[in-house]
Amino acid sequence: MSATSSSVATPVGAGLRPIRLRLTLTVLGYGALALVVCLLAPLVGSTSISVSRALDRSIPFADNVDAQIFFLARLPRVLAGATVGAALATSGVVLQALLRNPLATPFTLGVSSGAALGAVVAIAGGMTVGLGPLSPVPFASLAGAFLVSAIIYALGTRPGRPMSTDVLLLAGVTLNAFLSALILLVQYFADFAETYRMVRWLMGDLDAGGFLPIAAVLPLLVVAFAMFATLPSALNLLSVGADTASTRGVSVPRTQRVAFVATALATSAAVTLAGPIGFVGIVVPHLVRLMTGVDHRIVLPASALFGAAFLVACDLVARTVLAPVELPVGIVTAVIGGPFFLWLLVRKS
Amino acid sequence: MVLQVRHVSFGYDATHGFALRDVSLAVERGSLTGLLGPNGCGKTTLLKLMAGVLRAQQGSITLAAAGSGPAGRAVGRALADIPRRELARHIAVVPQETHPAFDYRVIEMVLMGRHPHLGPFALEGPGDLAIAHDALAATGTGHLAARSYMSLSGGEKQRVVIASALAQQPDILLLDEPTASLDLAYQLEVAALLARLNRERGVTVVVATHDLNLAASICRRLVLLRAGRVLAQGDTDAVLTGDTIRDLYDVDADVRFHDRSGHLTVVPIGRIR
Repeated sequence: MSATSSSVATPVGAGLRPIRLRLTLTVLGYGALALVVCLLAPLVGSTSISVSRALDRSIPFADNVDAQIFFLARLPRVLAGATVGAALATSGVVLQALLRNPLATPFTLGVSSGAALGAVVAIAGGMTVGLGPLSPVPFASLAGAFLVSAIIYALGTRPGRPMSTDVLLLAGVTLNAFLSALILLVQYFADFAETYRMVRWLMGDLDAGGFLPIAAVLPLLVVAFAMFATLPSALNLLSVGADTASTRGVSVPRTQRVAFVATALATSAAVTLAGPIGFVGIVVPHLVRLMTGVDHRIVLPASALFGAAFLVACDLVARTVLAPVELPVGIVTAVIGGPFFLWLLVRKS
Repeated sequence: MVLQVRHVSFGYDATHGFALRDVSLAVERGSLTGLLGPNGCGKTTLLKLMAGVLRAQQGSITLAAAGSGPAGRAVGRALADIPRRELARHIAVVPQETHPAFDYRVIEMVLMGRHPHLGPFALEGPGDLAIAHDALAATGTGHLAARSYMSLSGGEKQRVVIASALAQQPDILLLDEPTASLDLAYQLEVAALLARLNRERGVTVVVATHDLNLAASICRRLVLLRAGRVLAQGDTDAVLTGDTIRDLYDVDADVRFHDRSGHLTVVPIGRIR
């Protein structure tokens, strides 16, 4: 023992830089990546545009095709990609810790199925009641997402006690299957044009159609991210075990509820804006963990920034790979994300 | 005393009745107490109640923090009235097994013990790192600091979890069968570690165990639990007898003082049908 006692004098951190430095480097590094991707993405597309011409104020906006493509078509799309990517990636991180299951995704608890049912019902019902210029479909999908979240929450919480993660997982999987059947039922009775719109919605697409839809879900995301910010060190302990977290000073039931509500808000907002875009919520957190380690105080902000960069980059591929045809970004995230993830797993072992 | 359990009864749900009935015991400051009893007798439940993870339906559990009252006198407070974060600065728990969902490094696992000492948004500083390294050194795991927790052997994991609990700087350490999955050498090592922490750092230790010889070697006091009730409690020499072991496990055993080891030893002879 006397030999090991002297190891107090070994370099502090033992292979890890101090957390403050790591956090600063992470935010700067991933922030720079997200910024560069978001600045470059609007310049690239099926039609090549000139930056100087797009930003040239001497040409009237109505005559400036480059500026119209830049500001009306591509910039909203890039912003939608960044917000949705950040929301899905952080929701994945938080749910994986909450459920103590690295394979959980933001859609594991049925939020996306609820949103999808709301959307297809709105499309099939020919709903026309919107709010101002906004289509009724997002309102219906948001209502569906909230309804399913409320059901899962009610099933999973017990007064004064920790949430049952088993109940949450099983209820989520069951509701996903049940709602998929209802979605198929609605599709079965829908006509050809409606079915086409439903399928396109279910593929996931970042063509939000302007800045307004993004601004409309922004309040939900602001609340969700404010709640996320309170969570990281408690998530570290929760992922070790609920009892351990409790004896290390974490108020487990409260932390779990904040985590659940925040992921429900962020995921609902993301799916409402862009449909159910798969793989972001599982690929991004795992890629980030492979690069930064598993401490949630690092992983959570890194995933938000990397998720934004990842989805914007995927959408860039979706817009250009078969130009002038634009693919739904959900197909690209799956095609890129799946094999890349497998490659990283193999490389690590 | 530092932790007082008074007439505590607890049941997990209505259909299964009480897992513990009318349990009373006192844990003295600086003591090293063993909690013995057959599987399912309520040892883990009692530890969780004493840690404040579970709440007793009947009775009370009070914690007396040193110098918390007037003139430095200890004043007992019900665990239920103490905020989680504050409670975690007094009581730390080492569960039977710890399986994190993600592959934390050893130093990260140990630094999580600093959680109750940090504010909600505070990051650990050099002082916390020094405490974590001190805890690693105390458990002989300083060389593992940069390793991944999941790559460690059972004995190393258990010592790292003990280090994490020590980083909480608790007055009281509760351990649930800390040697259950360890080989003989690690069992002795963990036992020696607990005795040393108790002796040198004045940590009050309560350890639930199935290992009667380990209990005899380090515990000065024993509490015997059977079917959710206290069968006997008192000094180890008085409580650990052939009669109590028969009552506890339905096992015929020889209990003798062993000169070379310097403590009582238990040799089980056979099951009593």
